[in-house]
Amino acid sequence: MGGIPHDHYEPKTGAEKWLESRLPILGLLYGTLMIPTPKNLNWMWIWGIVLAFTLALQIATGVVLVMHYTPHVDMAFASVEHIMRDVNGGHMIRYFHMNGASLFFVAVYAHMFRGLYYGSYKAPREITWIIGMLIFLMMMGTGFLGYVLPWGQMSFHGTAVITGLFGAIPFIGESIQTWLLGASAVGQPALNRFFSLHYLLPFVIAALVIVHIWAFHTTGNNNPTGVEVRRGSKEEAEKDTLPFWPYFVIKDLFALAVILAVFVAIVGFMPNFLGHPDNYIEANALVTPAHIVPEWYFLPFYAILRAFDNTVWVVIFADWISFGIIDAKFFGVLAMFGAIAVMALVPWLDTSSVRSGRYRPMFKWWFAILCVDFIVLMWAGAMPAEGIYPIIALIGATYWFAYFLVILPLLGVIEKPTTPPATIEDDFNAHYGSKAASDSSAASPAE
Amino acid sequence: MSNAEHDHATRRDFIYYATAGAGAVITGAAVWPLVNQMNPSADVLALASIRVDVSAVDPGMQLTVLWQGKPVFIRHRTGAEIADAQAQDADAASFIDGLSRNENLDATADASDANRVMPSPEGEAEGAWMVQMGVCTHLGCVPLGDGAGDFGGWFCPCHGSHYDLAGRIRKGPAPENLPVPPAAWVDATTIELG
Repeated sequence: MGGIPHDHYEPKTGAEKWLESRLPILGLLYGTLMIPTPKNLNWMWIWGIVLAFTLALQIATGVVLVMHYTPHVDMAFASVEHIMRDVNGGHMIRYFHMNGASLFFVAVYAHMFRGLYYGSYKAPREITWIIGMLIFLMMMGTGFLGYVLPWGQMSFHGTAVITGLFGAIPFIGESIQTWLLGASAVGQPALNRFFSLHYLLPFVIAALVIVHIWAFHTTGNNNPTGVEVRRGSKEEAEKDTLPFWPYFVIKDLFALAVILAVFVAIVGFMPNFLGHPDNYIEANALVTPAHIVPEWYFLPFYAILRAFDNTVWVVIFADWISFGIIDAKFFGVLAMFGAIAVMALVPWLDTSSVRSGRYRPMFKWWFAILCVDFIVLMWAGAMPAEGIYPIIALIGATYWFAYFLVILPLLGVIEKPTTPPATIEDDFNAHYGSKAASDSSAASPAE
Repeated sequence: MSNAEHDHATRRDFIYYATAGAGAVITGAAVWPLVNQMNPSADVLALASIRVDVSAVDPGMQLTVLWQGKPVFIRHRTGAEIADAQAQDADAASFIDGLSRNENLDATADASDANRVMPSPEGEAEGAWMVQMGVCTHLGCVPLGDGAGDFGGWFCPCHGSHYDLAGRIRKGPAPENLPVPPAAWVDATTIELG
């Protein structure tokens, strides 16, 4: 696959030839597994395999949890407790699934910020980036839908808040909200359909993951230098790359083992650390929990949603210019989805000709602030909507938009980047010594 | 699809467009039931109105009942609360939402206290009964009552919306006053909602 010259699959045995001439699936698997991969990839290139593993983990644990769960307002909460207490090993399966969602988002945020730093979104990888953003949206949807199913207090009132976001759309919002909920309020119809969709979306994600992989196998992986693999000849390409199997698979599996050690420790020793105690209280329409917050992975965007109330001048201005159609509520919703939209559009907002942040002295600092900003927003989103916190969230939200809409487009013009190495081979040799090939202790394709 | 030799539409063009058009209509007709099934079902729509006995609700007390799956606040206001709410009518210019949002009144009625409360049963001070949806107009949380918030009425803990004693939004992200549902006295101690 792709434009990087490499060996193709040659069926050897009679059985392989028989199958390959009818369905070229062995060639497809070979091409996917043996794809030439830049040999200078660093440890930030492990998240893909962590994500693939987590998707499989979530689907496997989810399918078995469904065997014991009842999507009914009177029984859902009890059926989750039934899983926790009665089902053989049920508590561990549920804790894996519950914390699996957190692992998923840890990995996806690392994966995304990796892409943002090394310019993985830039031409020709825009489609990979866009598909990735779609997967991210689907993940957020699936995570939210799944959080509703235990039918605890946070499930119930979280659903009211999130479907309320759609209710903020002018004119048609209320109809959309009613359509989503199947009633004027959260209840049985909502729980039932959320269950159906929570089961469906992971398979849509799986399909999109295949497209995501297909896209970057066509363009080739990015790498820490952002320099493209030489494609003049197979020999040239082989100086820049190693086959994915076994070199990168083994490295990725080692990283996965380290991450899973931490993950399993959390699942085993502190499974509820990332959850909210309120969700162990059965849903009650008459009482909203005193402090309603979404799961940690939604907090940065939740902070942006809350940041824009009707005391912020842009909100007042938008309200005035649109004759009241865009009120504070709708503005907050637009800001939240806009925060994701500007990220999706980053391939066209970043004007720099240099791909990797490693060779962009000014970009590095702005990017570091963006990372801090993301953490600050996450923290502000967890705090009550009073006092200093909305102001902090507003500053954080402003920087988020400024980074994508102002700083990135301007940096490409005013920044003077340093010179990236001419080839991936040069970068590799600079790190591991040019004698790497002859040194028996270093990794080399000759081994 | 048109033939380069002829600048007028051919029979074949017509057949193409007719087929594509019919296909689009049929696809739409087939998809619509799949979309429409998500709208409220007949049993959900068949929402009977409910009657609430408020004989035990003394002044200063609030009853929360579930109607159409949503909480309704029925507050029996004290004399001081009535006076406070009426006094705040003077701030009408600073109201975030200037409309009554009262389904029992005309949609253009203003948000004065008198337009927000239920007519009182005989022998009680005007403005003693405040009936409204207990659903924050921001994103649907249930506000806290009993004098919560900066205006002594209700306060939504989710995103910090403050409502006054007449359920009017005064501060925070919520855009509208708490809606007043259709409500009427059946007898001196029973309210019918819906």
